[in-house]
Amino acid sequence: MIPSLLQSCKGSALSGNFSTYLDHFEVTPELLKKVIRAAMSKGGDYADLYFEHTLNNYSNLEDGKVNQASSNVAYGVGIRVLKGDQTGYAFTEIITQEAMLKAANTAASIANDTGKAIVEDINEYTAPNFYPVITSWEDTSVKEKIPFLERINEKIFGLDTKVTKVNASIGDTTSYILFYNSEGLLACDYRPLVYLNATCVMEKDGRIENFGVSRSARMGSEFLTNDLVDTLAKDAVEKTNLQFEAGKPKAGEMEVVMSPGESGILLHEAIGHAFEADFNRKKTSIFSDKLNKKVAENFVTIVDDGTLPSNRGSLNFDDEGNPVENTVIVKDGVLTSYLHDRISAAYYKVKPTGNGRRQSFRYIPVPRMRCTRMENGPHKKEEIIASVKNGIYVDSFSNGQVNIGAGDFTFFVKAGYVIENGKLTKPIKDINIIGNGPQALADISMAADDTRLSDSTWTCGKAGQSVPVTMGLPTVKIKKLVVGGINA
Amino acid sequence: MNTQEKYTLAEQVIAYALKSGAQQVSVSIDESRSNDIEIRDEQIDRLTESNRNSLTVSLYVDKKYSSNSTNRLKKDELFKFVDEAIAATRYLAEDEFRILPDPVLYYKGGGEDLNMLDSSIETIETKTKIDLAKAVLGEAFNKDERIISVSSFYSDSLSTRVLVTSNGFKGDSARSSLTLYATVAVKSDKGRPSDYWYESALFYDKLKKTDIGKKALERTLKKIGPEKISSGKYPMILENRSAPNLLYPVYNALTGYALYQKQSFLAGKKDQTIASKVMTIFDDPTIISGPGSRHFDGEGLALAKRAIVEDGVLRGYYIDTYYGRKLGMDPTSGSSTNVVFKLGDRDMEGMVKSLKKGILVTGFNGGNCNGSTGDFSYGIEGYLVENGSIIHPVNEMNITGNMTQIWNNLVEAGNDIIEGSSYRVPSLMIDNVDFSGI
Repeated sequence: MIPSLLQSCKGSALSGNFSTYLDHFEVTPELLKKVIRAAMSKGGDYADLYFEHTLNNYSNLEDGKVNQASSNVAYGVGIRVLKGDQTGYAFTEIITQEAMLKAANTAASIANDTGKAIVEDINEYTAPNFYPVITSWEDTSVKEKIPFLERINEKIFGLDTKVTKVNASIGDTTSYILFYNSEGLLACDYRPLVYLNATCVMEKDGRIENFGVSRSARMGSEFLTNDLVDTLAKDAVEKTNLQFEAGKPKAGEMEVVMSPGESGILLHEAIGHAFEADFNRKKTSIFSDKLNKKVAENFVTIVDDGTLPSNRGSLNFDDEGNPVENTVIVKDGVLTSYLHDRISAAYYKVKPTGNGRRQSFRYIPVPRMRCTRMENGPHKKEEIIASVKNGIYVDSFSNGQVNIGAGDFTFFVKAGYVIENGKLTKPIKDINIIGNGPQALADISMAADDTRLSDSTWTCGKAGQSVPVTMGLPTVKIKKLVVGGINA
Repeated sequence: MNTQEKYTLAEQVIAYALKSGAQQVSVSIDESRSNDIEIRDEQIDRLTESNRNSLTVSLYVDKKYSSNSTNRLKKDELFKFVDEAIAATRYLAEDEFRILPDPVLYYKGGGEDLNMLDSSIETIETKTKIDLAKAVLGEAFNKDERIISVSSFYSDSLSTRVLVTSNGFKGDSARSSLTLYATVAVKSDKGRPSDYWYESALFYDKLKKTDIGKKALERTLKKIGPEKISSGKYPMILENRSAPNLLYPVYNALTGYALYQKQSFLAGKKDQTIASKVMTIFDDPTIISGPGSRHFDGEGLALAKRAIVEDGVLRGYYIDTYYGRKLGMDPTSGSSTNVVFKLGDRDMEGMVKSLKKGILVTGFNGGNCNGSTGDFSYGIEGYLVENGSIIHPVNEMNITGNMTQIWNNLVEAGNDIIEGSSYRVPSLMIDNVDFSGI
């Protein structure tokens, strides 16, 4: 068999069988208990073990040829001990009894007391599978990925004579996760993740413009299809072309209409992070005193969903063994729930919402978003655009950020239009928009019935950890945001 | 593994890869250890210990190339890993530009001791670290009734690298680093402003251990009650702490990758004016105990001090071996070391005192820059300055423009760099910046 780029593990896609995962990490139930006992030996309230084996492959096309590839293997176990809301953490990249006991003792030192008993019975947790895989990445050779990259290159060049360069890449990740905690919970997960990126560069009258597009999912290699490639190529060419026409709007406060899908970045930055319960538990979020209060118009319902089929933001269980759900965070305009990990759920005396996530076994889990999206509203898209006298319409983004305490959030617009007297007019690009989270949420004055998800490759950073997320939104209008631009 | 064991392992992997079909091989072994302690409101919030290892093998097989890394460092597993990587590499397309650097360019040893490693870090007791972080917290905790939360952090790390190539490079490096950090959040009528302060150093004895919590608190209290002001063109003073952020797009545009991908607004600008005469930047890897100092880069290329921008004229790019060959340019090393901005005569306070009306920017919030065109737009926070005095904090505003234009409007560089950062960039004064607000 031809390697995917790398395998370095013992077999292809493990079945959901606990013993295969135990064998994979060369551990036994007795050893897991022994390590947990060591972790709890200084009086911790809770301890967990997060075993991970992750294989990453990356192949890139440049100058019409797939001649760049890289791969990475990460293997280890993270050991966490909680004492109240205090955390002790250590990890080891060598899974032996000796190394694990050493790490467990380090993590245990967050507590300073006599040891506590652990639950001796093992409770095997069979989670639902939100991302069934047809063909695993380990059974997909680099040779099978190359034609898709070559096709995207040909398609983009074929669609426009101004194209001078194309870069395209496929990144696939396969993670094996085995989880065990002091409550006896044993769970295992097989997590696929893939993205396909393409960047198109065009030259016209001495000017150079580029635009990058991407798609991502928790899928095996069935993700790669000619249809996907063709759609992405068309998207890249159209958006790059538009850049030549685009300019900057006038600077200042104005009405902003957000397109369906990608504009979900608004939810992620304006309110999503500030709803993460660690910030609220520590009282540093601008939403800390807003639980059960009216924060938006009645037609606004927002959820953070970890259960969407094959979605980049989905998880079968979160990174601390809790079931994942579709958490309603704003219901009919009222803030109904924060996004919890185990520590914050205990603090607020609620059930964890399955938002405890980590970048890898090298990091502690903290509350993170999954797919943050807004349900349909009562308006029509045309009606919303027609209602704007002077404003902008925005539909492609590259990045955003938020200041949790002050509530100021931003997102960077790669493409959009000026709206004048209810009509889209001049294309715009490369401007930052800034607003205040609670104000912007309250200022969502219209929402259409066209909600959809963005399947672009969104990655969220917090506390030095990156996790895959997604977002979704219907067309919405915000009364007032500060738009970067030019002063006459 | 000690350094000698790492050299032995790297050489074994190289020998194995050569025997298995590679014509050239490069292997690096990286190891890092770190300890982090977070204190929140007088209680330990988090104690973490991290020990990482990784081996990266770059393979040049029949003019085909791949780079592969793993943290499973047992010899037999590594050999299997190399076998699979070689087999997969053969399926890639040929790339005539992919070869190891010319050995003439390698660092040959014999350089001055850069004094980058404080091995005493390993013997510091956990209690000492906790006490340090608690003392930092104590400078702010309960010092003002508006405080909601104070957190402090202590972090130390040691990292080492061994690099060996099949065409004659052998080198190792090691460095330490320590940081003390505090962040404070306060309650106000408008949100919960927060700010931070930190000190970092390579050596425990050089680490400044006081006035961290105190500064974080002072900075946070000053931010209460921000107002945005009218959109318009104003002079901007950019505080040293945030000044590197405005330079990053210039640095991205100087890389061989950006030049080759036509994603650089500085392509073809060598020996041309790209900024005002105030801008002079050297890349200096030779500063003793400088955070970015090193004798050789990730490819083994020997490094020396060189001009990047002189009196506003572009003098040098950052070109690695691969993109150098593709672009027909000599490699200079693809990454920066210490970025040393030529200093002026006064600090930020001095500039503020002379400003009639403008905005002092103390932080950025999001935004981005289009690498092809240099067009940027960033969210900012800071203060309105009038007649030499700070009037009130501002937030929720953007600055928008073009990199070439904004750096041509640079009128003054301060004399106030932040020690502990490889970007030795002072506070800057820039004229005629487009601000968007009300």
